[in-house]
Amino acid sequence: MARIARFLGRRLVQAAGVILGIAVINFLLVHLAPGDAVEVLAGEAGGAGDPGYVERLRARFGLDRPLHEQLALYLWNVVRLDFGYSFRHGTDVLDLILGRVPATLLLMVTSIAAAFLLGLVLGVTAARRVNTVTDNVIALVALLSYAIPLFWLGLMLVVLFSVMLGWLPSGGISTVGVDQSPLAYAADVARHAVLPTVTLTLFYMAVYTRLMRASMLEVTGHDFVRTARAKGLSERAVIWRHVLKNALLPMVTMIGMQVGSLLGGAVMVEMVFGWPGLGRLAFEAILARDLNLLLGILLLSSILVVAANILVDLAYAWLDPRIEVR
Amino acid sequence: MGGFWRRYSRRWASVLGLALLALVVAGAAAAPLVFPADPWDMAGAPYLWPGQETGFPLGTDTLGRDVAAGLFHGARVSLLVGIAATAAALGVGILVGAVAGYYGGIVDDALMRLTEIFQTIPNFIFIIVLVVIFKPSIATIVLSISAVSWPALARLVRAEFLSLRRREFVQSCILVGMGDARVILTEILPNCLAPVIVTASIMVATAILIEAGLSFLGLGDPNVISWGSMIGAGRTSLRNAWYLTAIPGLAIVVTVLALNLVGEGLNDAFNPRLRPRAATR
Repeated sequence: MARIARFLGRRLVQAAGVILGIAVINFLLVHLAPGDAVEVLAGEAGGAGDPGYVERLRARFGLDRPLHEQLALYLWNVVRLDFGYSFRHGTDVLDLILGRVPATLLLMVTSIAAAFLLGLVLGVTAARRVNTVTDNVIALVALLSYAIPLFWLGLMLVVLFSVMLGWLPSGGISTVGVDQSPLAYAADVARHAVLPTVTLTLFYMAVYTRLMRASMLEVTGHDFVRTARAKGLSERAVIWRHVLKNALLPMVTMIGMQVGSLLGGAVMVEMVFGWPGLGRLAFEAILARDLNLLLGILLLSSILVVAANILVDLAYAWLDPRIEVR
Repeated sequence: MGGFWRRYSRRWASVLGLALLALVVAGAAAAPLVFPADPWDMAGAPYLWPGQETGFPLGTDTLGRDVAAGLFHGARVSLLVGIAATAAALGVGILVGAVAGYYGGIVDDALMRLTEIFQTIPNFIFIIVLVVIFKPSIATIVLSISAVSWPALARLVRAEFLSLRRREFVQSCILVGMGDARVILTEILPNCLAPVIVTASIMVATAILIEAGLSFLGLGDPNVISWGSMIGAGRTSLRNAWYLTAIPGLAIVVTVLALNLVGEGLNDAFNPRLRPRAATR
């Protein structure tokens, strides 16, 4: 336990450093933007006409003070989780973002679980039938999914399943304007979640399939697998009990590496399907040029990535006790 | 050179990739000759389906613009952004990776912390913020994409430098008093170009995908027609004219697929004994 606690402590310090760095980049971006920082922040968000809002922004960034004091002020705001106010939405940026996180998490967690499981099954299948037709077909699907733009995949699924077949809704999170019992509501949300989840899953499945195949092939070459075969274990037992367990570790690492990318993917998919999470919020912020809100989304999603990475590292340490937690 | 081509062409898929890429490049080069008119101009009746009227093999869009003309001119934008963003990222990535790997110590620590920060920020959201702040144009899109793609390259180059730095031929160069810059540029760098070139081909593909995503969201350069903006425009008539979304999307798929296949072929050619490496994403 002490080992894990020490590791966690060091990891948190490291994470704080990374987040601080990202906050500094945010600050620099606002100041590098062409024009007066407050005009940029308020400008096209529609707040420029409101002198009260502009004054509040000026006070918030301390623009009459020297640059290093401004930076200190900005970082202090970040530490207090004060991301300012969105003029467009009429609420605090933090509340706005936190209200949208659950929808995004629902999408991300289901997709990553599905992509992981499908990738695992396909990867194992491909590795057990190396260089057969099955293996080649799986490789071809993986290759295609690397080349298909995520948003386009989503749109084509809409064409097929919503426009042509009429099986599934093409957007939103629930049917608008109907009163539903909680159970019916859950079913309704699930129906709406199918296309966005499938889009993200198909996209990320390829990564796990390729990794699982390579990892399985690598582990199969080890001595302990030969021993397991030599003592007469069935092929099934060798694969599932000995090879798979050891081949899983790189897959866990991959989840950690992919969280940031997946979040970006979720943003894209939400914009296509009008799924009311962080992505649609970001899209609304783009349309309104609400820069302050966009910067808040960037910073909070970075924190989300850092947190997910720590969780993955912990899972890794728990899965493989041989590994010294760095 | 003959050996290189033989190793590259060992798989037919690599050859197919090269052929497809040549096709896309030829289309981009020929765009002003085949479609001299402005692709934004109305050319015929709106909503012509592909093959419905001769002269418009791929049909026309909501405003009667020729889809084929958009496709050819869009290829120029995709390739330009892909290549320029990769070149910029190569510059930064090689510089950072080489300096970190060659000098080590505090310099390495500082640069790797910086790299880590850039790798943690969710790439696509960061690019969106950059493009919104600096206003969408080809230049800002190229710079924003390279701002997120250099870290992976820096890590790759650093790892190569770390191992090559200790090799005898490098040590002897340092011993006879060769300057740092000369050792880096003429001794170590040429020896780690192979993985850099393979990675670069995949980076071009990724950059093309990102540019398409940006212009789909309306964050493309408003002055040029691109595949992503064609999809974004076609999206509004997804129900009655889905070909407007499908056709430019297929162009992206073909181009990105070709680049990935070329990347794998180059990997085969450079590392005859290694297994193909998975594309990075």
